Amino acid sequence: MGYRVKAEVMDAEAVDRALTRIAHEILEANKGCGDIALAGIMTRGVDMANRLAARIERIEGTPVAVGSLDISFYRDDVSIRLAPEVHTTDIPYPVDGRTIVLVDDVLYTGRTIRAAMDAIMDYGRPAAIQLAVLVDRGHRELPIRADFVGKNVPTARRERVKVLLEELDGRDAVLIMEDDGEGE
Amino acid sequence: MLTSKHIMTMDDLSADDITLILDTAESFAEVNQRRIKKLPTLRGRTIVNLFFEPSTRTRMSFEIASKRLSADGVNFTASSSATVKGETLRDTAKTLAAMSCDLVVVRHKYAGAPQMLAEVMDCSIVNGGDGVHEHPTQALLDLYTMRQALGRLEGLRVGIVGDICHSRVAGSLVPALRKVGATPVIIAPPTLMPARPDVLGAEVAYDLDEVLPSLDVAYLLRVQFERATRMPFPSNREYAMLYGMNLARMERLPSHAVVMHPGPMNRGVEISADVADSTRSLILGQVESGVAVRMAVMYLLLGGADSGAAA
Repeated sequence: MGYRVKAEVMDAEAVDRALTRIAHEILEANKGCGDIALAGIMTRGVDMANRLAARIERIEGTPVAVGSLDISFYRDDVSIRLAPEVHTTDIPYPVDGRTIVLVDDVLYTGRTIRAAMDAIMDYGRPAAIQLAVLVDRGHRELPIRADFVGKNVPTARRERVKVLLEELDGRDAVLIMEDDGEGE
Repeated sequence: MLTSKHIMTMDDLSADDITLILDTAESFAEVNQRRIKKLPTLRGRTIVNLFFEPSTRTRMSFEIASKRLSADGVNFTASSSATVKGETLRDTAKTLAAMSCDLVVVRHKYAGAPQMLAEVMDCSIVNGGDGVHEHPTQALLDLYTMRQALGRLEGLRVGIVGDICHSRVAGSLVPALRKVGATPVIIAPPTLMPARPDVLGAEVAYDLDEVLPSLDVAYLLRVQFERATRMPFPSNREYAMLYGMNLARMERLPSHAVVMHPGPMNRGVEISADVADSTRSLILGQVESGVAVRMAVMYLLLGGADSGAAA
């Protein structure tokens, strides 16, 4: 199975600006960061959540709680395939009554977000759940939308969106990949 | 994905399978600390606990594990079933198969009962202890507990002490330790050693006090009076004096070493009460790990099953 890069839709500066804007939007929508906590979805969502938290702290001067969420056990396709790697969920703050901002790299079918909402609900009863994503690529299969979006990227289903982050991949970028036609 | 569809003996698991199970169990251990200890993962799956022998911790551990994964657990106890009317194991298995369950956990007094079930049923089989043969999930939870306490498995020296010849725990733990690169040492009086201890692949010793200073784990086995055909030693007191773990013997262990026991304990025989309740005893930790490890086993055996052929 092969994929080749079709286009780079965001470079490092664009990713940086998008995250800064999302941080401001989160603060504006919630009138500060008093009652909010971030929950990054494994794996790239966690790095994004940490970066957003750092920016929010820089802007507001107060730290915001960050957790990480592994949704492997909440997926709706467990009987079809297993998640390749299972990580441990770490939500180090009480969820009850808080506004939880879910953070993920790409919003696609919405199934991951459905699973993440169920996972958060198992920790308590949040006042609200919001969603921040770096890329919204469309093709929703569930009635789910993002509150904060870095960039809307129209894609075809056969394409893939790859988010690269400094922490894991050595550089920041968003790539659109397409099938190189050589099959699996 | 695991290599095998069943976990009947340690032969079904590769070293990579064992690591996958232990890593997955770590995630489930976190779930067991939550206020809401339930995941939707195995919704709609049916897990049958088929127990032909008495059990507290193993049966409850499997039952709790299946409930925490939202599977439907059904318990079968031989005393209140058609077994007392003379139904054979084979017919019981066929009856269960006709009710289409997804996983069967079986405990039976005869070695090989899980393999027989696998012949007549399509679902996954987990051995919950068969005779004096194997008890693989016990070995897995023991490995998990050792890894949590000591940070590694490779290179550990684990002394398994006592009733080796009647122990299905030892039957699984010895090969399990070898697979992960640890060294099992079996220590017992000659009357409780198997006829050919060398074939197990463990180091063999008869003097516990001599071995103690070299161990990372002292694993005491329950003396299974109910399986022994005659008393294997003159008195419980003599056994405790020569092979029982007590405070003085615990002092002879290296300072980092830990004490384990699969339960239920004969306090005062293979382990003294003060050792069992000491901070170096991992006995309750083993029970706690059991739930997470069995959740991991169920998840890995049942998850992804539909694509087993295609993957």
